[in-house]
Amino acid sequence: MTREAGAPFGAAPPSAGAAIVTRGLTKRFRGGQVAVDSLDLDVPRGSVYGFLGPNGSGKTTTIRMLLGLVAPTAGEHTLLGLPLAGALPRVGALVEGPAFYPYLSGEANLRRFDAADPTASGATVRRRVGEALDRVGLGAAAGKRYRNYSLGMRQRLAIAAALLGPRELLVLDEPTNGLDPQGTREVRALVKEIAADGTTVFVSSHLLAEVEQMCTHAAIMSTGRLVAQGTIASLSGGQVSRVRIETPDPAGAARVLAALGLADVRATDAEVTAELGGHAPERVNAALVGEGVAVRGLSVVRPSLEDVFVGLTGEGFDVDG
Amino acid sequence: MSTAETRTRTTPGLVPVPETSRATERRPPEPPAGAVPPRRSSSAFWRLLGSELGLTFRRPRNLVMLGVLAGVPVVMGVALRLVAADAELGGIVTSVAGNSLMLTFASLSFLVVLLMPVAVAMVAGDAIAGEAGTGTLRYLLAAPAGRTRLLAVKYLNAVVFSFAVTAVVALSALVTGLIMFPVGPVTLLSGTTVPVAEGLLRILISVGYVGAGMAALAAVALALSTFTEVSIGAVAGTMVIVIVSQVLRAIPQFDGLADYLLPARWTGFDGALRSPIDTGAMAEGLLTFGAYIVLSGSVAWARFSGKDITS
Repeated sequence: MTREAGAPFGAAPPSAGAAIVTRGLTKRFRGGQVAVDSLDLDVPRGSVYGFLGPNGSGKTTTIRMLLGLVAPTAGEHTLLGLPLAGALPRVGALVEGPAFYPYLSGEANLRRFDAADPTASGATVRRRVGEALDRVGLGAAAGKRYRNYSLGMRQRLAIAAALLGPRELLVLDEPTNGLDPQGTREVRALVKEIAADGTTVFVSSHLLAEVEQMCTHAAIMSTGRLVAQGTIASLSGGQVSRVRIETPDPAGAARVLAALGLADVRATDAEVTAELGGHAPERVNAALVGEGVAVRGLSVVRPSLEDVFVGLTGEGFDVDG
Repeated sequence: MSTAETRTRTTPGLVPVPETSRATERRPPEPPAGAVPPRRSSSAFWRLLGSELGLTFRRPRNLVMLGVLAGVPVVMGVALRLVAADAELGGIVTSVAGNSLMLTFASLSFLVVLLMPVAVAMVAGDAIAGEAGTGTLRYLLAAPAGRTRLLAVKYLNAVVFSFAVTAVVALSALVTGLIMFPVGPVTLLSGTTVPVAEGLLRILISVGYVGAGMAALAAVALALSTFTEVSIGAVAGTMVIVIVSQVLRAIPQFDGLADYLLPARWTGFDGALRSPIDTGAMAEGLLTFGAYIVLSGSVAWARFSGKDITS
């Protein structure tokens, strides 16, 4: 995809440094409750970084600290390797849902927020607002009052506000919250499109499936602590794949698998599972058949982020979509 | 972190470059190319102020308030005309009915007590709390508006509105007076008579003085506004301060305090109705307003610059 230089949705010219780095970032609210505990995030440039955790695990507080809305109790962070005031004009943000002036039109709302950015030019605002609205499919509703927008339109307007200037980093806090399946698909497609332009996207979510679908990297939060981060592949790699065999002869199958050297062999009435390790599933199948064990079905169960999360925290997600 | 993952990034104007995430991290700092680097321009301040004024003066509820303020002098003018025609009355009625310019002073002294402070408190008390309540504050600050800059813009906006409120009352009263009552030399409170042109000048001085007094109240409302996410709380708090001040002022035992109360100083614009103009009392009034502005401004800044925005 090629865009003319200075187009509002292209990647901004790069500044040095990783997209987001935090070191020991901590927030303790009055009353002693620790919302975020010594967080070390490394968000590489160009990644789509999923910030995953159940509701109340400190994701929004972290995002508020990143944007300078909440002062950390301890620790530090940089965005795009710049001081905060210099970085923020290059960062588009959606924090805890849309918030606009109900008595203004969608277009007037965007102009209002654009006026608050000291680096944005009043001379180009009309064009940039129009393009941002078109980008999220609100071009036709530009003159309608925000009060009369549907939930999905409000969410899209918030994303348009994050796309008013050339951005190097988008911080999206639960961008699909409250959207219907159609709206959710649209937002995910938009995020992929933006990321394809080279913009780093930091997206928080409590939906595991969403992060697995959209992201190249992920961090997992649990009660204010970072429990894992890395590429999606490396996170899932922390958990081993298992082979699952449906057979009328579980005992025989278990014997063969153990003989092959597969670990953690578990047999039930009609199936046997074991850690696959480095073994090729087709070789396992050949060995079983060669030993005369009837195989009704063979499948490889790959770990999902949910398994990773359960493995790391010993608990499931309280909410799932 | 895995470096195995190789992705193709498309950068505008450049050929696609395959790079790994580690290569991205290793890339040496390079100066921004092409587009203009982020830079604060002084025009950005005025652009934000313009946006703020646009919101304030297009907001229906503020317009209704200005409309009510413009209507009161008209009602007063009509009432005084009817009363003056009926009976032989002395005092304020005769002086207003006898000269077109006096309605302006009468309207200011009537409205400065309560209705004008309500209008100013409504806008200034809403300044930060209203944005916090709707959640727009977090987006303004992430834009980034800058906390000190936003507070300065909010206050300047409230000052403009304070003077607008005063000017609307004065203009409405002036027009009503010119239509309903005879135009001629103005007899001042001190008994001296001055020509119409000088009367108009004295109206201008009064508007400036009362506007400054309203701006002082706006600073108080703005300070309260930084403490809450419910704008009605800041507005009500400001009005409580105004009313308690009025009560204290009415109690003779607190006479010593009266000099430091805003409502007691607001009515000091009648210094412009004396000959010579009572510059001493008016200067003291302006000094009091200045003290309120500095004090409240400091409180607002101290509170807002370090506040956690959790709304």
